[in-house]
Amino acid sequence: MKVRVHVSLKNGVLDPQGRAIQHSLEGLGFAGVKDVRAGRLIELEVDETVTDEALDEMCRKLLANMVIENYRVERVSA
Amino acid sequence: MSFRAAVVTFPGSNCDRDMATALEKVSGEEVFRVWHGDAELPADLDFIALPGGFSYGDYLRSGAMAARSPIMRAVVEAAGRGVPVLGVCNGFQVLTEAGLLPGALMRNAGIRFVCREVALTVENNRSLFTSGYFKGQRITIPVAHHDGNYFADDATLDRLEGEGRVAFRYAEEVNGSVRGIAGVLSEAGNVLGMMPHPERMIEKAQGGTDGRVLFESAIKGLVGA
Repeated sequence: MKVRVHVSLKNGVLDPQGRAIQHSLEGLGFAGVKDVRAGRLIELEVDETVTDEALDEMCRKLLANMVIENYRVERVSA
Repeated sequence: MSFRAAVVTFPGSNCDRDMATALEKVSGEEVFRVWHGDAELPADLDFIALPGGFSYGDYLRSGAMAARSPIMRAVVEAAGRGVPVLGVCNGFQVLTEAGLLPGALMRNAGIRFVCREVALTVENNRSLFTSGYFKGQRITIPVAHHDGNYFADDATLDRLEGEGRVAFRYAEEVNGSVRGIAGVLSEAGNVLGMMPHPERMIEKAQGGTDGRVLFESAIKGLVGA
């Protein structure tokens, strides 16, 4: 089955890339964009037997850096 | 005098030769070169260095893949036994990703890659790596990084400062690092991570010798003058 891991910066952590994207959007003439936060989407194809706990551990051990990032695991029905 | 040092090379390391050369020139001893896929370090090491570069192409996060490579298990184990470990630039990123140092190194606040000489202040001159400097000394060492923006939460930062674990601070704005932190020591003091490259300032031909002092301090502290 497909699993999507959404990794995002924690609140309060400055996101220079998000800020640059925001400025670029402004430069393109888009008004009203108040904030941009850039994250990362990781898609995994896993066996049905892979548990939520195992996915959680994958996130904590590698996919996200818990000092600066949060993650959300989403199981996408196959 | 015998000084046994190893430099680890990851795929994408590019300062490993400079690091080995600096250690060899200052110590007069040949340095072991270790590959990321090795499971073991040479026996009885006095010093381990993780060099700068772009290990694994900075995939996922800078240093993230290297921190999980086979040799890092041995490095973490050695660090736990008190073996001194120096991580420079990408090596610093690897040390934070491996959990040997607190905090994380994020994209530079100004987005741009920064490659120039910067002024640093020596904050702690009582560590193995910094004993040859005087406290508050202003030194010049080059940086070359895209992800050097040090971050840790306030509680961690207060603890680092309280324990004298900030080794170097930028004396000018460089990359947005919180509290201007350029180099951090581990709780036991035997692990130092820093973004500036001391191995690029070991002789006059490189523009100065402010980096050489770090290697001299460590080698003197480990094997005597």
